[in-house]
Amino acid sequence: MYETTYHRPSSVDEAAKLFAQGSEAKYLAGGHTLIPVMKQRLASPSDVIDLGKLKELIGIEASGDTLTIKAATTYYDIMQSADVKKAIPAIAHLTSMLGDPAVRHRGTIGGSIANNDPAADFPAALVSLGATVKTNKRTIAADDFFKGLFTTALEDGEIITAVSFPVPAKAGYAKMRHPASRFALTGVFVTKTKAGDVRVAATGASQNGVMRVPAIEAALKANWSAGALDSVKISDSGLLADIHGSAAYRANLIKVMAQRAVTAAG
Amino acid sequence: MGVEGIGASVVRKEDRRFITGKGRYVDDIKLVGLTHAHFVRSPHAHARVKGVDTSAAMKMPGVVGVLTGQQIVDDKVGNLICGWAITSKDGTGMKMGAWPAMAPETVRFVGQAVAVVIAETKNQAKDAAEAVVVTYEELPAAADIRAAIKPGAPQLHPEAPGNVIYDWTIGEEAATDAAFKAAANVVSLDITNNRLVPNAMEPRAAIGEYNEAEEHFTLYTTSQNPHVARLVLSAFYNIAPEHKLRVIAPDVGGGFGSKIFIYPEEMVALWASKKVGRPVKWTGDRSEAFLTDAHGRDHLTKAELALDANNKITGLRVKTYANLGAYMSLFSSSVPTYLYATLLSGQYNIPNIFAEVISVYTNTTPVDAYRGAGRPEASFVVERLLETAARQLKVDPAELRRKNFITQFPHQTPVIMAYDIGDFGASLDAAMKAIDYAGFPTRKAKAKSEGKLRGIGLSCYIEACGIAPSKAVGSLGAGVGLWESAEIRVNPVGTIEVLTGSHSHGQGHETTFCQLIAERLGVPISQVQIVHGDTDKVQFGMGTYGSRSLAVGGTAIIKAMEKVEAKAKKIAAHALEASENDIVIENGEFKVTGTDKSIALPMVALAAYTAHNLPDGMEPGLKETAFYDPTNFTFPAGAYICELEVDPGTGKTSFVNFVAADDFGRLINPMIVEGQVHGGLAQGIGQALLEGAAYDSSGQLLTASFMDYAMPRADDLPSFQLNHTTTLCPGNPLGVKGCGEAGAIGASAAVINAITDAIGNNKLEMPATPDRVWHAIHG
Repeated sequence: MYETTYHRPSSVDEAAKLFAQGSEAKYLAGGHTLIPVMKQRLASPSDVIDLGKLKELIGIEASGDTLTIKAATTYYDIMQSADVKKAIPAIAHLTSMLGDPAVRHRGTIGGSIANNDPAADFPAALVSLGATVKTNKRTIAADDFFKGLFTTALEDGEIITAVSFPVPAKAGYAKMRHPASRFALTGVFVTKTKAGDVRVAATGASQNGVMRVPAIEAALKANWSAGALDSVKISDSGLLADIHGSAAYRANLIKVMAQRAVTAAG
Repeated sequence: MGVEGIGASVVRKEDRRFITGKGRYVDDIKLVGLTHAHFVRSPHAHARVKGVDTSAAMKMPGVVGVLTGQQIVDDKVGNLICGWAITSKDGTGMKMGAWPAMAPETVRFVGQAVAVVIAETKNQAKDAAEAVVVTYEELPAAADIRAAIKPGAPQLHPEAPGNVIYDWTIGEEAATDAAFKAAANVVSLDITNNRLVPNAMEPRAAIGEYNEAEEHFTLYTTSQNPHVARLVLSAFYNIAPEHKLRVIAPDVGGGFGSKIFIYPEEMVALWASKKVGRPVKWTGDRSEAFLTDAHGRDHLTKAELALDANNKITGLRVKTYANLGAYMSLFSSSVPTYLYATLLSGQYNIPNIFAEVISVYTNTTPVDAYRGAGRPEASFVVERLLETAARQLKVDPAELRRKNFITQFPHQTPVIMAYDIGDFGASLDAAMKAIDYAGFPTRKAKAKSEGKLRGIGLSCYIEACGIAPSKAVGSLGAGVGLWESAEIRVNPVGTIEVLTGSHSHGQGHETTFCQLIAERLGVPISQVQIVHGDTDKVQFGMGTYGSRSLAVGGTAIIKAMEKVEAKAKKIAAHALEASENDIVIENGEFKVTGTDKSIALPMVALAAYTAHNLPDGMEPGLKETAFYDPTNFTFPAGAYICELEVDPGTGKTSFVNFVAADDFGRLINPMIVEGQVHGGLAQGIGQALLEGAAYDSSGQLLTASFMDYAMPRADDLPSFQLNHTTTLCPGNPLGVKGCGEAGAIGASAAVINAITDAIGNNKLEMPATPDRVWHAIHG
């Protein structure tokens, strides 16, 4: 690891100020991506600004038709939250399948979506549920937030403060785990909104990161059932292919995981 | 004898220090003036080194020295050796290219060391390594067997035209061909045995320490065989003569074969400690382990089985290409030949066998012994063929096996090995009973009604362990003898130290070997200490690999104990005024049989050392040494049956049951044996379902971290059902055969046989990832 300066600010404002002062500063949340790449000397930030302990970034609120999870809330706390289990149990389920216990105790929802790993679970949940990302500067719709592999709409130094989810009528998540990393080889989140709309997002499958799946959305809108997807064909064009899964296999997984997510959603 | 003797599942003595963090591994060792090494490694699979500019690195903070491949060659440090000479079918020797510890001219795999930086801290060494400027001229690479043997392939070594190291055969070709001509049925299979990365929990590490005044070197290293390391470093690498080199292998966190070999990093740490005049420590990280620990397996095989009209096997013909990587590692040549093709008879009476093995160079990490070493590859060939034959002939796979089992012992196979004893039918019976084989069709039908594809797969493995009779292996090309030694020291207070040439790096020797003493003397194991892993303490040893430590090392202990007991009985008889023939040993006492007269072991020991009243002419002291050379290999064997389900939607495999029935001869500590089987099964199942080292066509390792290389985790594995059937090995006094590799040898065929049974399609390679299984189902 190269030398760096570690900061533990006491507020979001202070964090942003420290970021602006650093020549090449990085925010740290759970650290699951940043710390390994620093240890491998693939990243050399001048300053590391730890957001993980900021009280104003931790907590879960459920009010009416909205579930808000603050950005530095750990997966473990999300998974255990009675509010989450009641409002959107699919999010608790997704979180329970994320990594292992050590990962779940450190990893945060804000860190996950800011990194936007193409195989991360939370981007699928945000896009499918039509969530809103709140930052220290603005609010951004999930559809506008994820911009491709490891790329988001965040500006330099901008800090995610919370994610707000509209409580759906039904939602479910199913994933096929990558045999080595246990990330999503392909994961699919399905949502039926209270207004009757259907939104489906897949992660781990596309070369451009999280993707909507219009063919599945159309079929489920007509008939919300796993069986409705039997005849749906998913194109493998633009899908990831590697030693763990061909594009055709991932196309199959999009459909199969969508069916299982619908079954789980009820 | 006693609650801690043979057959007792005594809790492992060594675990107290391991589970409380009190183990002492190489990286835990701090020496005065210690410096830290970091290697500059090739990013290319094949390139000429045009220049190494160390000037900027030398000026970096904390740098003590920067040393290059040219310097190690100039200092006449020897090239790495291969310790087993294989002769090709045309009578020529193996074609071995030079492997200097750091590359002066040409790099042949990604990760090969080119230079080393030595600095006050590891981080400073890493910083300076980035400032070493190496100029490469890239060359085309051959990243796998097929690329290496095709016409016009890139040449790795001038010594090996066409990248072929040897083309070796075993068995009778004409007789085997005749058996195939006369066969009623022939079964044929193309098999890939996937390349594996060993991934011991503790990465390799070394500290070289040079004492200028004494002209003496000490090497602390992660080795399975410190004496062999000292021998090779002295005799071939010109580092230091044996009496000026001490090798210490302290606690070592797993090896699986990968720590048998003497690697460039250990040579460099020793050599560099003299160059810089300070102790030099290198501790590899996981990325270096992936790139530089010797990999395992990597065969391409065409195998054929001939059967007569009664389904009796009449012949086996095998042609295997083995990938040895970019250089020949220490025992690499023997693994796909004498450790592989000699086991191709499996558990079966096969009158005619012919095998040809062609080993080739590729621009990949060197390949050598990994848990099982050749025997998993052989077992996989035989057991996949048997299963395929049963399906082709439409007979029950268990019955086909049973019909062809060897039942008379000793049995001479056509491929050198003479099996001493076994009861293959008993193991198969036990496994079939444990899994309720007869009930499988009902369970399969029920699973089908639930949308799952259920399959069952057998694997009846045999291995040759207790490596090995020295004269026999010498006649086959081995450069070393494979005996073992032990010294028993009974201290004046009656406590006992056992110095063994075996090395424990997870096997539990500190418990099992104590139990041998407890059995004979009736003393608690707390009174016995096992000493190993230090060439200054232990007389000599050939180390631990090939499931040899109990059968060979344990027997050496017994032989030394016999000498100790004989002398102690003389002392006891003298003290008790009795005949030594009337002395018996019970519960730590020497008794005159049929009387109440006795003397306790500590009093005998004290008498030996005070020497005030010993029999006339007896030397003082109570300490004896034995060297034991086995008379044959041992032959652990067993039957594994795997029942599993495949999810047709995802291709994912889920275990329903996995049963093992092993015959390891006598069990000393059944709990430790079970642990060994569990670990072996995990690695065998890992090979079948998860693990596979993959290179791209340019020779870059795609699976260079745990993000892409799938190690088995607990939830990937079933809860194993273990059973034992026992035939005692007649070749050693303990009747033991060895248990360390069985799981890794037998498991993979059982899993693949079960999956191919489930999906009704035999075209499936390891690792059978969900992706591959799904493609096999859906085309």
